[in-house]
Amino acid sequence: MNVTANKWLTEWLAGLGRIALLGKEAFVSFFTFKIAWRDLLYQVFFIGVKSQGVVLITGAFTGMVLAAQTYYQFHKVKMDTATLAVVGVSMCDELGPVLTALMVAGRVGAAIAAELGTMRVTEQIDALRTLATHPVDFLVVPRLVAAHIALPLLTMESIGIGIGASYVVGVQLLGIDPAYSWYNLLRYTHDVDVVIALIKAFVYGGVIALISCYKGLTCGLGAEGVGRATTEAVVYSSITILITNFFLTLVLDKIASLL
Amino acid sequence: MIETRNLRKNFGAQPVLDGVSFRIEKGESVVIIGRSGCGKSVLLKHLIGLMQPEAGEVLIDGENIVAMDERQLLRVRRKFGMVFQGSALFDSMSVAENVAFGLRRHEHLTEAETARRVAETLEMVDLPGTENKKPAELSGGMRKRVGLARAIVYEPQIVLYDEPTTGLDPIVGDSIDQLMVRVRDRLKVTTVIVTHDMRTARRVGQRILMMHDKRIYASGAPEEFFASPDPVVRQFVDGVADPKETQF
Repeated sequence: MNVTANKWLTEWLAGLGRIALLGKEAFVSFFTFKIAWRDLLYQVFFIGVKSQGVVLITGAFTGMVLAAQTYYQFHKVKMDTATLAVVGVSMCDELGPVLTALMVAGRVGAAIAAELGTMRVTEQIDALRTLATHPVDFLVVPRLVAAHIALPLLTMESIGIGIGASYVVGVQLLGIDPAYSWYNLLRYTHDVDVVIALIKAFVYGGVIALISCYKGLTCGLGAEGVGRATTEAVVYSSITILITNFFLTLVLDKIASLL
Repeated sequence: MIETRNLRKNFGAQPVLDGVSFRIEKGESVVIIGRSGCGKSVLLKHLIGLMQPEAGEVLIDGENIVAMDERQLLRVRRKFGMVFQGSALFDSMSVAENVAFGLRRHEHLTEAETARRVAETLEMVDLPGTENKKPAELSGGMRKRVGLARAIVYEPQIVLYDEPTTGLDPIVGDSIDQLMVRVRDRLKVTTVIVTHDMRTARRVGQRILMMHDKRIYASGAPEEFFASPDPVVRQFVDGVADPKETQF
């Protein structure tokens, strides 16, 4: 049992180290080598534009549920007009960036791992290398930069539609006073909450792209290898997002409180 | 020009190369033959730095590439073009984009000049007018030709072929053989071909290296090779299985 646990821990730490090295290689490549703008634009389109549907639906229904649930609790203590304020802060600080990242991890993380994994098993990555092209420059950097750009934009969309949908539910459906709701929303949701959302989304973009690229580039051979890499990319990205979120919340809220 | 010294490679506990040494001169056309799974493709991948050995040296123009990291290897790889067994075409790109890949990455040509070089190279591999097709629309033989066009468009000094005729019918295989000879003679490149197709070895090779028991077992000109009395060479050349053979 101990041997198995040790082996698992060693492999896990080695994997973490290799992802860190991949991140370092991508960072150096971004600042050293010319980026392929056409590939970057395509990846922004694929990660950003194509993910809008799923992100908007998630954001809208999260905002609506949060508004309804908060209203039913606050109504008991006659705080109905604070409903939108709770939705605004929650969507900015936690739900917007985390749920957007989880949805993108499912859609884009799986696609990246499957694409790079298939390229690996069909020797396309070896072909890249024989054409004197580093796979990190050509495959990882455009995806990583695109995810860093797309996630904050998607998160802002998600937050916007979430708050909008919660307003419709709160005001139109549940009958909360619109003027006070809007006043409280603006009073308790600060600029710093939006900045926290943007920082978190930027970090999660990197998490999704790096883990998915790593899983694709190192996948086992055959269809089974690609399948496993795809699953692991989604699972590990999602878990890392949730764990990172906890620490980011502690650090960013501490910094915000000092401002 | 290409030299390996005492190359050793293991996959886990299983040795695949055990002290492989040979030298290939500039402009030479060498065919590496051997039974399936004997480590021919592994050896070829060591020559271009796609695999790293456990021990030994690979010298390209006198430079030991074993000691190099991936970034340093990129510089050496510009001397090479490689044709893969499964072609390894980029399936998200068209034929023209595949062939132009090396040019676009490393040579600063205008789009018109790139298109002209691509068209010329496709003409050379007998695939004119296929620029806009996707790899999925091509037959196995056509994919091999596009793979070859991609490997030679930037005029490398060395071209490596990994099982270029495997999986093709004899007529298409013959046309690929002719193409390899044409590329060799027209571009004056050093050619290294890994194959177990004896017809390809006879037609394209100026020298044949035979791998057996994880090392180079025999070396010689094709005519010497095909006349060799050595039982191991004979068995391979004649394609005769040992009735007691249990390894498939």
